[in-house]
Amino acid sequence: MYGYILKRLLLVVPTLFGAALLVFTLLRLIPGDICELRMAGTGGYFDEDAIQTCREEMGTNQPMLGQFLSFIWGLMRFDFGISMWTGQPIVSEIALRFELSLQVAIMATIVAILVAVPLGTISAVKQNTWIDYVVRCISIAGIAMPSFWLGILIILGLLVTTQHLFGTPWMPPIAYKPIWEDPVHNLSMLIWPAVATGYRYSAVATRMTRSALLEVLREDYVRTARAKGLWENVIIWRHALKNAMLPVITVIGIEFAFLIGGLVVTEQVFNLNGLGKLFVESVVNNDYTMTQALVMLVVMVFILVNFLVDICYAWLDPRIRYS
Amino acid sequence: MKAEAIAVSVPADIEAELAAARLPFFKAFGKWVRNQPLGAVSAVGVIFMILVAVLAPLIAPHDPVEAHYEAMAAAPSIEYWLGTDQFGRDLLSRVIWGARTALFIGFTSAILGATIGLVLGVTSAYFGGWFDLLFQRVMDVFLAFPLIIMALAVVAIFGTGPENVIIAITIPFVPRCARVVRSNALAIREIPYIDAARALGYGHLRIILRHMAPNCMAPYLIMLTTFLGQAILLEASLSYLGLGVQEPVAAWGLMLQGGAEEYAESAPWIAIFPGLAITLAVFAFNLFGDSVRDTLDPKLRAR
Repeated sequence: MYGYILKRLLLVVPTLFGAALLVFTLLRLIPGDICELRMAGTGGYFDEDAIQTCREEMGTNQPMLGQFLSFIWGLMRFDFGISMWTGQPIVSEIALRFELSLQVAIMATIVAILVAVPLGTISAVKQNTWIDYVVRCISIAGIAMPSFWLGILIILGLLVTTQHLFGTPWMPPIAYKPIWEDPVHNLSMLIWPAVATGYRYSAVATRMTRSALLEVLREDYVRTARAKGLWENVIIWRHALKNAMLPVITVIGIEFAFLIGGLVVTEQVFNLNGLGKLFVESVVNNDYTMTQALVMLVVMVFILVNFLVDICYAWLDPRIRYS
Repeated sequence: MKAEAIAVSVPADIEAELAAARLPFFKAFGKWVRNQPLGAVSAVGVIFMILVAVLAPLIAPHDPVEAHYEAMAAAPSIEYWLGTDQFGRDLLSRVIWGARTALFIGFTSAILGATIGLVLGVTSAYFGGWFDLLFQRVMDVFLAFPLIIMALAVVAIFGTGPENVIIAITIPFVPRCARVVRSNALAIREIPYIDAARALGYGHLRIILRHMAPNCMAPYLIMLTTFLGQAILLEASLSYLGLGVQEPVAAWGLMLQGGAEEYAESAPWIAIFPGLAITLAVFAFNLFGDSVRDTLDPKLRAR
């Protein structure tokens, strides 16, 4: 096991390094100088001194290799530099919004699992019945439906139903409060984006649960369990599902990319001040240092999650380690 | 010259034999429809969308950018079938023209991404050795960027607008296709006809493009059709975020931006129809892709 972890870790390090190199190069691909671009925003007036100061601040007047090394050194210390838009340290800007995005991400994952596992199981057990077709349609629709549209529909639905029930339309609260301060306020605000993101996230996992369970239900040991007269429920929930969960866990980990993409757009729909919104704002405002930091952060988390999923998988299924 | 003659005559023989064994087109097509009823339905949907996109100027009842001030945010009626948006622009016409934007960007970036990926993947498998190893590590790095994050990063650099959106969507597709094609091409490289081509003195480029790439058509087409739906969704997302196609061009994602939420209660049709168009388009392309995959690669069927 340790050998396997080491082997995978050896693959992670060059990928992380390559990603850092790529992100660094991308920022240098911008036509023109980032300092000139920032100054150009003020109406095309160029002040040589200001540009020089800016270059010194950004470090773009140093040789490329030096810039890259200090970028890597900064990454290692979680020091991403200063936002070009607000002038604040990027780390504190991210820290402000991290909690909210993390909470939505965790809730969306829970929603995804709560939707995917029961639906996938029912669909596999009742294979080729109308229930199966309905579930498959729901999951295919989940992949096709953009999460921002689902978000808009949820808002629309909330407005219409509350209008009918209470006479006045109700909107989720706008100001964020941490869950330990005001759980009702917090949950009534964040459950909707979590559902909008989680539904799409669940779609792939539902399909995976279904096909994995179908495969397991054809195994000999399931037939043995049936032959000795076990209840069908026990066979499915205790014996079959346990083994079918392996690929599902992997898919939940791998489709983490869906979650990030979902967060970027749903935070926009629900006007949540999270990392996804920060990302979009940084792109809109030409805040290159912020974009660079956020891309790097997402990629680091993504690589780390994939690494953990691989380890989990190898731990759950020892056959992986030897192949 | 002589080598050329041999190389042409051998496949021509095989071609003739194959043609004799081949089913007439409509019979083969009928078989496909029977085996893949969902695929056939989605194919009809895809063709319908392509027709709508191509014929947009003829079938759109109104000018998609013309504002009708007498009917702002008007409900669906005989004059405006799907209603109008907050500027009084006809939604049906905008949805029809939006199909043009979506399909143009979708097809261009899917074809570009898959084709570049095909060539790179085959090249990597053909040369093998350290080149292949290095290439795979580079692909790993690209794959570490989630689709939308890579697209946003590209937009951050090159700016918005249709051409840049195409670049932004194409780049993340390339490694995804290259990876799949490469594993297929590795097996093809071991087939003796590649050795024969090498023995005849053909150049690397010719072997890669003429001899290996055509035999990777199955994974290429599978990836291409998978990309179509993803590209349409990605374009809609970018446009929704204000980072894709810009106003006043009709694009589905753009139509959901701004007005859709503000007018959600008083004019829900602004929010409903463009989203429905995106969902149905992606749905049709995904189903179509699934059935293409099932047809070309029966081994993958179970998944």
